[in-house]
Amino acid sequence: MPHAHPPTAPTRRQLLTRIGTLAGSAALYQAMTTLGHAMGTDFRGPPQLSGAKPGTRVLVLGAGLAGMLSAYELRKAGYKVQILEFQSRSGGRNISLRGGDTVKELGGATQKVGFAAGNYINPGPWRIPYHHQGLLHYCREFGVQLEPFIELNHNSWLHSTGAFGGKAVRYRELASDFNGFTAELLAKAIDQHKLDELVPEEERAHLREAMHSWGALNKDMAYTKGNTSSLRRGFEKPQGGGIDGAPVPSDLFARKDVMQSGLWNWMAFHERLDMQTTMFQPVGGMDQIGKGFTRQVKDLITLNCKVSSIHQDDRGVTVTYTDTAHGDAVRQAQADYCVCTIPLSVLSQLDVQVTAGMKAAIAAVPYASSVKMGMEFKRRFWEEDDQIYGGISFTDQQISQISYPSNGIFSKGPAVLLGGYMFGPAAYDFAGMTPEERIQRALDQGMAIHPQYRKEFSNGVSFAWSRVPWTLGCCSMWTEEARKTHYKTLCAVDNRLVLAGEHASYVGCWQEGAILSALDAVTRLHKRALGAA
Amino acid sequence: MQKLLLVTSLFITAGLVTPGLAPSAAHADSASAVAGKMQVLPDGEAIYRHVCQSCHMPDGKGAVGAGAQFPALAGNPKLKSAEYPAYVVLNGFGGMPWFAGLLNDQQVANVVNYVRTHFGNHYTDALKPEDVSEMRPHLSVEEE
Repeated sequence: MPHAHPPTAPTRRQLLTRIGTLAGSAALYQAMTTLGHAMGTDFRGPPQLSGAKPGTRVLVLGAGLAGMLSAYELRKAGYKVQILEFQSRSGGRNISLRGGDTVKELGGATQKVGFAAGNYINPGPWRIPYHHQGLLHYCREFGVQLEPFIELNHNSWLHSTGAFGGKAVRYRELASDFNGFTAELLAKAIDQHKLDELVPEEERAHLREAMHSWGALNKDMAYTKGNTSSLRRGFEKPQGGGIDGAPVPSDLFARKDVMQSGLWNWMAFHERLDMQTTMFQPVGGMDQIGKGFTRQVKDLITLNCKVSSIHQDDRGVTVTYTDTAHGDAVRQAQADYCVCTIPLSVLSQLDVQVTAGMKAAIAAVPYASSVKMGMEFKRRFWEEDDQIYGGISFTDQQISQISYPSNGIFSKGPAVLLGGYMFGPAAYDFAGMTPEERIQRALDQGMAIHPQYRKEFSNGVSFAWSRVPWTLGCCSMWTEEARKTHYKTLCAVDNRLVLAGEHASYVGCWQEGAILSALDAVTRLHKRALGAA
Repeated sequence: MQKLLLVTSLFITAGLVTPGLAPSAAHADSASAVAGKMQVLPDGEAIYRHVCQSCHMPDGKGAVGAGAQFPALAGNPKLKSAEYPAYVVLNGFGGMPWFAGLLNDQQVANVVNYVRTHFGNHYTDALKPEDVSEMRPHLSVEEE
């Protein structure tokens, strides 16, 4: 008999290897997704467009990631592409600030960045989730080197003015005690038969064992002071070597203080899919991505073009702009089609010839206000004094968080941290201050977490997105109502015009949204240009 | 940069100003999963200083950006009717966020009355909280 034994079903790994060999990596990716391995945004590989009618011209407005990627893919498909950009730089909201840079904001305030050589702050996007596979794909394709971004640090500080006497506590202390006390309560409830009606007996046994392990409970199912809890939360006197090496366990917080603190919010924060490990950042600053994209389409970009109108008819698109690098000369650019990535906060105020529905959609999306603080200190006191290497400390004060650099760890000399990252009321308030007031306020608030703050401070810069001339805000903020009424219209090809950018995605405020939106927009525009839609 | 909106989302869904910590649907690369504290905003001037001037500027003259602007409130004829600025504050306008969730009726009335009597504006008819209440829209930030 050819088969003495029936063939065993292939393991998942064997199956994936076979699919990969036979069909290439795209199929492998698809199969992995189906089998539940890879899970991210709905990026399914680059669009593979081809066969554009020779000579067909596309005008792209905006040289941010969405605009540059649109241009890159459309040129590959055979289109004649031109990009107009308002700023004197490409990259859009993908930006990094370094010593010598100047930040000019609406209202007239001007800041000169005073960071030491090699230091930077990313005032816009600063971290990339592992599952933003669209952005990561193009980073690899364009040779942008990435390194881990440290999001969760168990040794960072959690601070609330109304908890623990206003004293910051370590993440590990708070998290251990919250988990321990919660597990103990659940275990008690099981042992006292209070969950009998809710949970079947066998499941109760498993749950009880899980609580023992998850909460670091002792054999009596209690969360108490001792080595077991201190191996989570840290010791009073740490484990040592030699004759006096015996550790001394630390006191637990009072359960009611832990529960009342609200600091468990920050435990939940890191559990969001968007914030889960592993996260990434480009080596040398977020703008390395913008530069990588720019390398692909540099020859297509004209900088310093302030668009004032976009008109279209059956024959083509005409864009009127002011050439601010050449005496504000008014010029026109013409093309067969247009991909417009101008932020809606600006686009809604321009003369744009589109259907009434599209016009309403463009005007329906407000932009969030956000402020970031980049602060340079003379030394890495958070590493040297506090053993904090990357990650984020949180506070209920306006600055909301202090994030320590994931790069350059253990290096000597000045270093830059994120001294505040605000949205909502705090962002409105900070954006309305002068840059000097923002720094002083951030120093005051930072002192509650790091007493060394003022002594070690060197210089700082603030970036208020609502005062950025080319975005008038940080990023799109959809309401459920606006999404229902306007989203599909906003994304549709309007005669010869299609919009792209984070605002035309469900991954708003992330670079991945710009990538996915651009890929979808150019794919549909290509179909339209070929007469298929 | 991510919702940022945390704060906003909470307040909006609740329809009133909730002090203190609150977990929420953080949008995207949210700055905070916990809503920051709202400033104490006892009168129209405080609201203007801590919220409005971030865009409309301390002198109410607005600002001009890339072919687009933050409109001036100083000498703006659209302020003639108090209902118009109240509508815009509650609902937002273009890139301007809505504040229906962040400000209560009294606060909306306060800031509208402040703007209409400062920056060279001298309107004498005051908006009442009851008037604002009738105009309040239903808006909710997307769950993230």
